Amino acid sequence: MASRNISVSETSRPKLPRHTKLKFDETRQVWVILAPERVLAPDEIAVEVLQLCDGVRSVAEMVDQLAEKYAAPREAIATDVVAMLQDLADKGFLTEARENTA
Amino acid sequence: MSDTLADNKTTSNGPSDGLAVLEGARSAAETYGIPLAVLLEVTHRCPLQCPYCSNPVELDRGSTELTTEEWKKVLSELAELGVLQVHFSGGEPTARKDIVELVQHASDVGLYSNLITSAVLLTKDKLSALADAGLSHVQISFQGNEPNVADRVAGLKDAHKKKLEVAKWTRELDMPLTVNAVMHRQNLHQLSDIIQMAVDLDADRLEVANVQYYGWALKNRAALMPTVEQIEETSRIVEEAQVRLKGTLAIDYVVPDYYALRPKKCMGGWGRQFFNISPAGKVLPCHAAESITGLEFESVRSNHSIAWIWQNSEAFNRYRGTGWMPEPCKSCEFREVDYGGCRCQAFALTGDAGNTDPACALSPRHEEIFKQAEQESAGTQNRFLYRNFAGGTLETDEDKSHGA
Repeated sequence: MASRNISVSETSRPKLPRHTKLKFDETRQVWVILAPERVLAPDEIAVEVLQLCDGVRSVAEMVDQLAEKYAAPREAIATDVVAMLQDLADKGFLTEARENTA
Repeated sequence: MSDTLADNKTTSNGPSDGLAVLEGARSAAETYGIPLAVLLEVTHRCPLQCPYCSNPVELDRGSTELTTEEWKKVLSELAELGVLQVHFSGGEPTARKDIVELVQHASDVGLYSNLITSAVLLTKDKLSALADAGLSHVQISFQGNEPNVADRVAGLKDAHKKKLEVAKWTRELDMPLTVNAVMHRQNLHQLSDIIQMAVDLDADRLEVANVQYYGWALKNRAALMPTVEQIEETSRIVEEAQVRLKGTLAIDYVVPDYYALRPKKCMGGWGRQFFNISPAGKVLPCHAAESITGLEFESVRSNHSIAWIWQNSEAFNRYRGTGWMPEPCKSCEFREVDYGGCRCQAFALTGDAGNTDPACALSPRHEEIFKQAEQESAGTQNRFLYRNFAGGTLETDEDKSHGA
């Protein structure tokens, strides 16, 4: 049995698994992550990063994009983003895009 | 990263979790935010006869069930109110011929859907159709880790084998799987094997739920009540497995409140963050609430909206908050921690739903009820009263020796 755990690095291309949905909750005017038996309320930064998790973009590309947008040191952003994604992955809300072998 | 993700389980919430974040963001006009998740008991019909069934002893007949159109209207209304998740439950939800249509409608209106099933009626095609309709999660109940115990508890031959098969299909279809194991004196010895079974089935999550004693389970309490030693062993096994399987299998554990000193915060507090809808359309603060006589529950078939029923109906306001509380709850420092425990249990054990839940050590009835349970747990009465529409059928010797 394969462990659900993935180890997030700058080369990862993470995405939300099919059973996890990121959606804007109109009633409460907040973003939510819907998962089995759970509802999570990610903060603004988490939402922004999660929206970049399409299974195509690598974490390195996300970090470049965010570092440019916020004119912030790349290293600091990379540390935060990897830690946040790892936290999500550990909780089962993030998976890795399967390698395209074609 | 605790600031990044306000994590909240839709079943049990403390004031510091994500629900507080979401409740804080509700519109100012509402007193109680609409629950994030709603349990839909779409039917009470079920091929299983588990003696601890959480359905009321007075089951809704098939002829009284809401129609397809009525359930669709309910789903649309819930989505509009801000409900995010629905659990299709029962009885056995797939006993309804329109279950795929209902799941599809839930998806169409933006609801995240979960199927809480015994699995025995599912075919691979049906499960595949449910996945295509947008079903996001499957929860399958197991009565043991092997057919002898499991089929006997379920009161259905070959049930266990079928469940294993459906669990495999669920993972083949890439849907997340929760194994729900209801535990009691007659299957607790299988707990370690059940945990391994969940791992082998590639489940994401395991619920180890000790029986809660009202309705059918209360009738069967003498045959189900675990011993104190069993509970201690259970906690040890669960805690060890939680550490060992971190990242592989999440294990949620529901302790039996009979052996606790503090009562459970039942439903997160009456009318505070949970409601369910019965097969006939009653909007209830708890799936066992109809066991409390003298309370009138409003139906989705009435002229009232679900939002009105949640906010204003007498049944929801009766035990909401802390204003209804007698002593010792009234002046208790834990009154907003557990909201007085479980109303259905207070009613079942003391005859008055407004009393302190006897599971609380501060209840004047606690001592007496605990003693009785302890005696029952040490007893030899192992015969089940099976759940059915006829008010229950006592297990025969033949049932016991052959499995069901």
